[in-house]
Amino acid sequence: MPVIEYIEAIRLAMKEEMERDNDVFVLGEDVGLKGGVFGTTKGLQQQFGELRALDAPLAESAIAGVAIGAAMAGMKPIAEMQYSDFMFPATNQIISEAAKIRYRSNNDWDCPVVIRAPIGGGVFGGLYHSQCPESVFFGTPGLKIVAPATAYDAKGLLKAAIRDPDPVIFFENKKCYRLISDEVPEEDYVVPIGKSKVMREGTDLTVIGYSMPLHFAMQAAEELSKEHGIEAHILDLRTIQPLDREGILEAAAKTGKVLIVHEDNKTGGVGAEVGTIIAEELLYELDAPIRRLCAPDVPAMPINPPGEKHYLLNKEKLKKAMLELARY
Amino acid sequence: MMHTGSVQRALRHTELGLTDERAVDMYKMMMLARRFDERGQLLQRAGKVNFHISGITQEPSQVAMGFAMDRERDWFLPYYRDYGFVLSIGMTVKELMLSLYAKGEDPNSAGRQMPGHFGSKRLRIVTGSSPVTTQVPHAAGFALAAKMRKEPSVAIVTFGDGSSNQGDFHEGCNFAGVHQLPVIFVCENNQYAISMSLEKQTRGRICDRALGYGFPGIRVDGNDPLEVYRVFKEARERAVSGEGPTLIEIMTYRVTAHSTSDNDMAYRTKEEVDEQKAKDGMPVYKQYLVDAGLWSEEKEATLQTEIRATIDEANEYAEKAPFQPVEDAFRYVYAEENGEG
Amino acid sequence: MAKKIVEITMPQLAESLVSATVDHWLKQPGDMLDMYEPICELITDKVNAELPSTVRGKLVKHLIGAGETVEVGAAICLVEVEADAEADTAPSAGAQESVSPAAPARGLGTTDTGSGTLGSSGTMGGEPASRPAAAIAPASGIDANAPMRHRYSPAVQRLAAEHAIDLNRVSGTGEGGRITRKDVQEAIASGNASIGTASAVNPATAATAPIASSAPSDSSLAPMDPKIPVRSTGIHLSESPRIPSIEIEGQEVPGRGEYFIDVTPVRNTIATRMRQSVSEIPHGWMMIEVDVTNLVLLRNKLKDDFRKREGINLTYMPFMIKAVVNAIKDYPIMNSVWAVDKIIVKRDINISLSVGTEDSVVTPVIRHADQKNISGLAHEIDDLARRTREKKLKLDDVNGGTFTVNNTGSFGSILTQPIINYPQAAIITFESIVKRPVVINDMIGVRSMVNLCLSLDHRILDGVICGRFLQRVKENLEGYNLDTKVY
Repeated sequence: MPVIEYIEAIRLAMKEEMERDNDVFVLGEDVGLKGGVFGTTKGLQQQFGELRALDAPLAESAIAGVAIGAAMAGMKPIAEMQYSDFMFPATNQIISEAAKIRYRSNNDWDCPVVIRAPIGGGVFGGLYHSQCPESVFFGTPGLKIVAPATAYDAKGLLKAAIRDPDPVIFFENKKCYRLISDEVPEEDYVVPIGKSKVMREGTDLTVIGYSMPLHFAMQAAEELSKEHGIEAHILDLRTIQPLDREGILEAAAKTGKVLIVHEDNKTGGVGAEVGTIIAEELLYELDAPIRRLCAPDVPAMPINPPGEKHYLLNKEKLKKAMLELARY
Repeated sequence: MMHTGSVQRALRHTELGLTDERAVDMYKMMMLARRFDERGQLLQRAGKVNFHISGITQEPSQVAMGFAMDRERDWFLPYYRDYGFVLSIGMTVKELMLSLYAKGEDPNSAGRQMPGHFGSKRLRIVTGSSPVTTQVPHAAGFALAAKMRKEPSVAIVTFGDGSSNQGDFHEGCNFAGVHQLPVIFVCENNQYAISMSLEKQTRGRICDRALGYGFPGIRVDGNDPLEVYRVFKEARERAVSGEGPTLIEIMTYRVTAHSTSDNDMAYRTKEEVDEQKAKDGMPVYKQYLVDAGLWSEEKEATLQTEIRATIDEANEYAEKAPFQPVEDAFRYVYAEENGEG
Repeated sequence: MAKKIVEITMPQLAESLVSATVDHWLKQPGDMLDMYEPICELITDKVNAELPSTVRGKLVKHLIGAGETVEVGAAICLVEVEADAEADTAPSAGAQESVSPAAPARGLGTTDTGSGTLGSSGTMGGEPASRPAAAIAPASGIDANAPMRHRYSPAVQRLAAEHAIDLNRVSGTGEGGRITRKDVQEAIASGNASIGTASAVNPATAATAPIASSAPSDSSLAPMDPKIPVRSTGIHLSESPRIPSIEIEGQEVPGRGEYFIDVTPVRNTIATRMRQSVSEIPHGWMMIEVDVTNLVLLRNKLKDDFRKREGINLTYMPFMIKAVVNAIKDYPIMNSVWAVDKIIVKRDINISLSVGTEDSVVTPVIRHADQKNISGLAHEIDDLARRTREKKLKLDDVNGGTFTVNNTGSFGSILTQPIINYPQAAIITFESIVKRPVVINDMIGVRSMVNLCLSLDHRILDGVICGRFLQRVKENLEGYNLDTKVY
């Protein structure tokens, strides 16, 4: 099976879906001729033409709004936000419109739009090229939100999102683009939205999270296994909304010790909801207080390297937290 | 211009391609919209419904606009005063009444949204919301879909003068201009956005904005339905022939308060309102038809009786109709598993 | 000036890049490099760029050939530069980071619990090197003072309850000695700490065997029904008194004959009180024999009806207490307290009863016992005993006693030297009722006899007054007959 980069998995997902269905198209700033500022849509305009890999004027609300209109008309648009940091002008369209179209029309109209936005830091991007704004949209009924950590999941989830009849926000991690590669089948497959995945089996503690920090957790888990005989159970949420309650509860109950990780700010992040779900259902399975390891409650990371490193999660921080919890 | 009933003018509608029947239908539709609107006001003041937002004196231009479009192929994105518009593209008074009473059979939203939030896939009316102007980029999206599919359909979207200042207006127009999309942007400029008069919303002319986006902007007198019809026909033809968008600014006046929750005497004078009411386009158009030999006082009387009966029947039906069952109140947040939607 | 060799490494040209390719070198070995002078051209997925030198010196060696791809951070060439007095990269002198010898943690055999030698494997505290896969820290005995020892998580409590695990016997491998879920799971699997595994040594067992009813009776000499068992059956719990179970903690070290017993708070309290009583009060002691044959007959006659009517058992205690209370009325000094410069004679007669529970003794009080008749006393005794068993006694129930009556006969004893319930003046016991041959009218008869033993505060009371008191109790007890009313 071929091993491909995370960014290539995303590109292939779009390409294959556009080949499969003429109603699928992508629009955004620089997506057409240039192929995207990261290269995510490279080759699409060459293959599918100007209209289906459409260079849009610099106006995020319009990019989202036009995509929403086209989706209502029956197309399957993929609207790209160049950086998730810049998607906020589109928030009104996403929350007031896309999320509510089916509900407000009593199922008469629907909105099968996909909005892709890169999240995450570690690229010396500073405050406005590194943010993780998942919690802004999280908790808005009517939206689905996914955030893959592996190339396999990136391709499968993007396909699922494109085929989904409801609006899906696809948060792709820019640090993962070229850092993460894994085996991705060539044949068509879909990763179901709303299902988490166990990345690693273990018995001493459970780590639950999404996107880049899980890779640090995996590295830390290997070291903890070798050095201390501690086996970490790691659950990749993959979908943030709707959360896979069953998967979460099963993973938490397995060890009774839970560490929730994400790169979004701690307060009001997705982790708070995951923790509360566990607290509501599993009081008598818990062997330790539920812990969260997230970014600090600071607007965003600074660009200077020590500041960025201090802000971000990394293998050492994960390892320390995991060890402490295992020992509790 | 149209006050005199000279013989030359009588063929104005024919020149525009309207049959006599269609010309008369336009008047009937305007009157139906007018009477419905008035009834809505009464019902709210009587405490039968909670809310009504009126478009009185905007009916002539709305109906003309509706008649100029293709009901089978075009996409309609109205705003909340567009009773005349939606009636002329196929919605019924009964359906409007159901919406007013927020009953379960209301096709717009099964009573989930406020009145004036139109939506009906069958009639190609796109579901609307309360945050204003969000429908402008949507219209560009519909037009883009039409262009991609090479369909001869036009998206037409309306909004008020206040709404024309939202970012979404500019972004939607610009997008459509860049990609030469088949869309008609319609500003129904009734001179007021709640309490704020036009000069507090903009110092320029709204129709002139189109210049900045690369397509024509036209101002038209909303009290002259035939002129409105003409302008829209042309704009539609431009669009289907691939010449891109048009911005049309309909000049009209809001004779009522913003809604039943607004007291307009707080910010304008009765004299001003009365002066504008006198310019109502409907009696003028009626006179035109009479002068053309297509209308009479007997026909007027009959029409009023018929309309009254229609409205009464619709009113009673809606009043008696049930609300959406509460078990269904939370359905359709997402697509349901059994394949609906 | 001295020279040294430094590396130039591949920078990260753009975000998300992790590697780059050297397209071709602009500078060759031997060339002089100025600061920021381009030295090679790089190609990446996103941008192409020239790489500027970050040092001034002479290019010595290419480490990467043209067309090769390297990771960000890898060295690509070597440059000879002036060795300035930069102290930052002093390689050898780093003596400060000496490898500290592994701290010996807690030494062998000297833990806080004062236990003897620990298990064989000596090491404690986490030495990382070769760790057995299973345990996180070796379970080397239970430190009862460990701060987290008694913090039971919900999972731990639930598992312990479901599997009847005695958490006091589970060792905790978690932080601060906390018992973890895994610890409990291991205990379940090994079966070590279950509640109900009988402890091997139980000094109280011997006492449980009920004393068999006494010598085979001969009914001819006295009006006794030989079928009546005379031995009183104790404080009238509906079943025989429970034996306090002794908790055994710690591991049994083979070869040693010791067991450790946990000191519970109750035991601690009892110990303190007993000590105070014995050390402060000079105890005197006296006993007397009482013929309660008639009392036995009386009780036997009444007990079934009483049970039906009152719903509780009619035991000997109410009769005994009534006898004592009436005697106290005649000799009130029995109901007093030593107050150094005075003796406080209490007016209220509040009788303390001794009630034994599984592992302790409690003394609930019958207030104003003189104001109750026998039936009333029976109810009160039953109520107090029941509430003691159910652990529902309130503070009022155990305070304010002025005289104690102890039914030691329930343990089968015939003679006791009770310890006074501080700060009372005396305590009396009612021993086992035993059928005995006695001399009546110069003939041998078999009678139900019971001993009453009195311990007294010799500061307040002397032999004479106590003798008189005991005589009065005896008279009262022997005064019961078949006509006595209980109401």
